[in-house]
Amino acid sequence: MADLDIQTPPEEKLELPPMMNGRWAGYRALLSARMKELWREPEVIFWVFVFPLLLALGLGIAFRNKPADVTPIAVVSNSHTSSVMELLQHSPAKSAIHADVLDEKTALDRFRLGQYALVVTSDQNGLHYRYDPARPESVLARTQVDEALQTAAGRTSPVKTETTESSEPGARYIDFLIPGLLGMNLMNSGMWGIGFAVVDMRQRKLLKRFVASPMRRTDFLLALGSSRLVLMIIEVALLLGFGVLAFRMKVEGSLLAILFVAGLGAICFGGVGLLTACRAQKIESVSGLINLVMMPMWIFSGVFFSYERFPQIIQPVIKALPLTALNDALRAIILQGASLGSQWVPLTIMAIWGGLSFLIALKWFRWS
Amino acid sequence: MHGMDTAIRCHDLKKTYDGKVEAVRGIDLSIQAGECFGLLGPNGAGKTTTIEILEGLLEPTSGEVEILGMTWPGHERELREWLGISLQETRLSEKLTVRETVELFASFYRHPASVPHVLEEMSLTEKADAMVGRLSGGQKQRLAVATALVGNPKILFLDEPTTGLDPQSRRQLWEIVRQFQQRRGTVLLTTHYMDEAERLCDRLAIIDQGRIIAEGTPAELIAGLSGHHVVEFAISGGNGAGEEIWARLPGVQEVRHEDGFFALQVDEPHHTIPALLEALQQKGAQLAHLTTRQASLEDVFVHLTGRHLRED
Repeated sequence: MADLDIQTPPEEKLELPPMMNGRWAGYRALLSARMKELWREPEVIFWVFVFPLLLALGLGIAFRNKPADVTPIAVVSNSHTSSVMELLQHSPAKSAIHADVLDEKTALDRFRLGQYALVVTSDQNGLHYRYDPARPESVLARTQVDEALQTAAGRTSPVKTETTESSEPGARYIDFLIPGLLGMNLMNSGMWGIGFAVVDMRQRKLLKRFVASPMRRTDFLLALGSSRLVLMIIEVALLLGFGVLAFRMKVEGSLLAILFVAGLGAICFGGVGLLTACRAQKIESVSGLINLVMMPMWIFSGVFFSYERFPQIIQPVIKALPLTALNDALRAIILQGASLGSQWVPLTIMAIWGGLSFLIALKWFRWS
Repeated sequence: MHGMDTAIRCHDLKKTYDGKVEAVRGIDLSIQAGECFGLLGPNGAGKTTTIEILEGLLEPTSGEVEILGMTWPGHERELREWLGISLQETRLSEKLTVRETVELFASFYRHPASVPHVLEEMSLTEKADAMVGRLSGGQKQRLAVATALVGNPKILFLDEPTTGLDPQSRRQLWEIVRQFQQRRGTVLLTTHYMDEAERLCDRLAIIDQGRIIAEGTPAELIAGLSGHHVVEFAISGGNGAGEEIWARLPGVQEVRHEDGFFALQVDEPHHTIPALLEALQQKGAQLAHLTTRQASLEDVFVHLTGRHLRED
């Protein structure tokens, strides 16, 4: 019996190092696991970080401010052509207009294809302009060419005018675009990062496995939300940094205010994403739902162009969309240096969307 | 003795889905601490529904559940600390390593076991830094059990732990269950493999169509059969030898006829077989096949339900 007492029973090995986990051990482990999973998923890196930069680069180049566009016009060749060309040569705007002399059929064909903005025909009765009122550059060309020809022919303006050219950073398309892309990106990654991830875990029965352990459900949701905030900081830094470095964009507002707005946006769309995903059992069905929710905001919320172009009657609806609120607040702070306080309306809209979605999602949420 | 505490108890458990599908129709269980208890039954018998109600993951339509003397409502947080659960078909995150996965689950418990120790015990040390997505089926299943054991549970719930595994992986998992039991752990597992139930379980309940149709130690269940031996044979020639001829042979308790084979459940094969051979000779039939074996849980199931455990 004596040597039995001396020997340590093997099962005590397990109890010897008394491991103790603190209150937040689960949260920390969930967050760290989530971040590792994200980093190890090349698609995530591409869609969250690379894709918006490519989009900004592409659109920034396509809509860059070219020094005074040259207007391409066609002049129909006939016996009066040379006098028209002569007038153009003597006009002060000759460098802004490029005229090709063509037979009527070719000129009209190419006009139809958009190669020329205007077709000028001249005969004994004077000049005839063919333009397309639905094409802005065609409308502009008509005014521009008429002005040039009339001035060259000797018309004088009764009122003396002076103009100053203005193309300052802050008013260019790329300046408008970058905050919009940032907003859209926060929406995309919030909806996919939360909505898709949750349904994927539900489909894999991992959510069920988690709730079978003593994991706190609030820790799980907190960790998901926190992972969004970490990504948000990187998204903001990348897009704004890219705008500043590649397009000499000027950030007027405070960085803290920008991070606050972006963070609220990330949480808001995390909530909407959670609501979208609260019951779906299959990733196919949640993918459709996510696109359905995001589609109207891509169009109406002023990502690529100002929502002022939509009819007045739907403006209140557009302004109530969370992405509109996010884009408005981001633009006001980034481009105009607005204070956080002045943006209380869009911030409240985002808080309401995020808060309500989150509460409803929690009520309806299915862990299995 | 310490081992006589009741670890799991349930009374008149019922579960009806959508108001019509009765998955579980009144189950009573009383499982002692330190016991390995098996729920044996075919697919769709209600095993998973029963175990998930006991695990507190499903709510019963009616009935009582007590785990370690506590009911689920009001004690969920505490009970979860004491239970290790492995579900059927959980797919753990593929982009985490084995160690990261076990560490994640360890973080949920107040007093987890040491992660390296659990990995060692599960023979996963070599794979500790491998991504979960690259594991074999057996390794994944051991990892699933590792995530259950890392909480230092008193009770281990395993739902179909060896389904789809190769024989070696199955034996490895049985060894793990035995080790856990040696540390006075209680195990409740479901299976539709009768050999698993027979070798691993101290006691088991055979479940069919949401009810327990037999309960006891594997030996008791088999002994409960009238006729502990099975004589299986096939014949060729002779004309239309019906079951009633074989039933009249000495010592035959039950006759089954399937796939061209006859199976006689007998008490004493040494009395039955000579009589069988004589009967065949009289009919002018040839013996095409003859084996005798001990009756198994499969025979118990067939005796009770007229069907096989595995229909595939």
